[in-house]
Amino acid sequence: MVTDVPAQEAREAASLRIRHVSKEFDSPHGGATPGGLALDDVSLSIAAGELVSIVGPSGCGKSTLLRMIAGLVGPSAGELSIGNEPITGPNAERGLVFQDPSLFPWLTVRRNIETGPRARGVLRENREAVDEFMRLVGLEAFANSFPHHLSGGMAQRVALARALINHPKVLLLDEPLGALDAFTRMRMQDEVLRLWRAHGTTMVFVTHDIDEAIYMSDRIVIMTQRPGKIEQIIPVELERPRDRSSQDFLRLRGDILETLHFAGQPLGGNKG
Amino acid sequence: MNVGSKEMEMVSPVAAAPPRANQTPTTTIRTSDAMKSRPQTLLMIPVAAAIGLAVHYCIPKSEPVLPTNYYPTFLRLMFCLGVIGAVGQMISLRLRRWMRQMCPLLGVAVFAAAMWELITTCLGLLPLPYFPGPEAVLAALASDRALLFDSTWHSLFLLLSGYLIGVAFALITGVTIGWFPHARYWGMPLLKVVGPIPATAWIPLAMVIAPSALFSAVGLVALAVWFPVTMLTASGISNTRTSYLDVARTLGASPLYLIFRVAIPAALPNIFIGLFMGLGTSFLTLVVAETVGVKSGLGWYVSWAQGWAEYGKVYGALVIMAAFFSTIMTVLFALRDHVLVWQKGVIKW
Repeated sequence: MVTDVPAQEAREAASLRIRHVSKEFDSPHGGATPGGLALDDVSLSIAAGELVSIVGPSGCGKSTLLRMIAGLVGPSAGELSIGNEPITGPNAERGLVFQDPSLFPWLTVRRNIETGPRARGVLRENREAVDEFMRLVGLEAFANSFPHHLSGGMAQRVALARALINHPKVLLLDEPLGALDAFTRMRMQDEVLRLWRAHGTTMVFVTHDIDEAIYMSDRIVIMTQRPGKIEQIIPVELERPRDRSSQDFLRLRGDILETLHFAGQPLGGNKG
Repeated sequence: MNVGSKEMEMVSPVAAAPPRANQTPTTTIRTSDAMKSRPQTLLMIPVAAAIGLAVHYCIPKSEPVLPTNYYPTFLRLMFCLGVIGAVGQMISLRLRRWMRQMCPLLGVAVFAAAMWELITTCLGLLPLPYFPGPEAVLAALASDRALLFDSTWHSLFLLLSGYLIGVAFALITGVTIGWFPHARYWGMPLLKVVGPIPATAWIPLAMVIAPSALFSAVGLVALAVWFPVTMLTASGISNTRTSYLDVARTLGASPLYLIFRVAIPAALPNIFIGLFMGLGTSFLTLVVAETVGVKSGLGWYVSWAQGWAEYGKVYGALVIMAAFFSTIMTVLFALRDHVLVWQKGVIKW
């Protein structure tokens, strides 16, 4: 693998670099969102094909960072690039999936999935790919249903298929499983991992759920409260499929909770 | 549906207003399908028609009687149809459902006609010529049918051309104002200040600048439609959920794609509210424009008949108008049901 030069170059070309990025928002009078510094000097490199999750308390700028990678907002300082190309705006190279599936309610499941190829004017060449992705997420039976007939998990699978059909270099997931119940969520984690392995897409995964982060990612980026900074980057070197109740898993979980100051204080201080 | 802006809140009662006649909750249909229709329901139309005939033939008339026989013929027809329906519903399930739905409504309508004849022609409680009996109205409809048909045709032409022109302009301005911040800055104040002026108030100006009465009438109807449709389109477009636009952008959508394939479909429920409001104002403007300017159409017919104190014809024309306008409304409902089929189950129509 190490000597495989073309593959090495391909990986380089698809790698995501975030260099000294800050984001400052104007403070609107009486606005709901407080202004000021949302992200402060964030630097991060993500290799092609890597699955990195970002955890941190609300308001640490995780979503802002993701929207910047998508190109939907620009940084106040610093730069973001894919390979050697700076990110200047949104395009089909970087797919985005929200917690709310945001399926277009006026389109059927199939037409939702077709959106990417249709928007890029390559639908005719991709008819078979649409079929394949419908199969991949197990929704052939719902091809002609409208989104409001779907359950939360099914809708999110459609959203994943809709993003993946463009074969993005990077897939950005903003708490994609946050609104699902615990069992659906665990099933969907495996689903996302399966899609990740099948396509080798780089994934950046924002989550509130530490178990989810450990279960899924290669590395976990822990961010701190406003202004958002990277506190620590923890590599997860557990063998996949991971056992959610193994010793190593739980130890890692303890470490992360400690970093986030949620480890719990000993009562009365009579311990150690 | 996107109920975000003030404009939306202002008009939302209108959106919920017209319920469809055939929308009985499914549960009641299912439970009552098992049962037979109750006889009193089925007998409502024949009984009402029989009462009408009794009033017509047995109660002495205090007002002059017309030589024609349209009204009793109508009652006999209703009687026969009521009986045929009552028999037919034993065979056809669809007819049974329809009869159960319509019998009370039609029965009461026929009964109301009977009461109308009782208090006008029979008892003479209301002054002539303003309140003629049902026979006079039916006779007017029958004798003036050629002119009424011609008037309806003219009204239809005027209404449709004005409405379609108005909607076309309104969609262009609405989308422009809703999508482009600059257009919004300059267009919105203009819309808010000039828009609420009733189209009919422009009649003096329209008469001066339009080359003919027909042009001015079409222009007025178009103006009447333009304001609500523009307003609702603009608010629908500008309230498109950001996540739809964000997702579309990351899927590779061009600005044109964002407008035509994301913002406009997302705004369609709003646009339809505007279309319904615009239809209402266009009916009003149509009738006024025909009354004062164009010398044809149903509005003109009404004022012309009134000038001759032929109130039977006035009411006849009103009946035609009711049928005409409600048919057009129904067509728009059908169009909405077709276009917004994806909303089925999301909101109650």
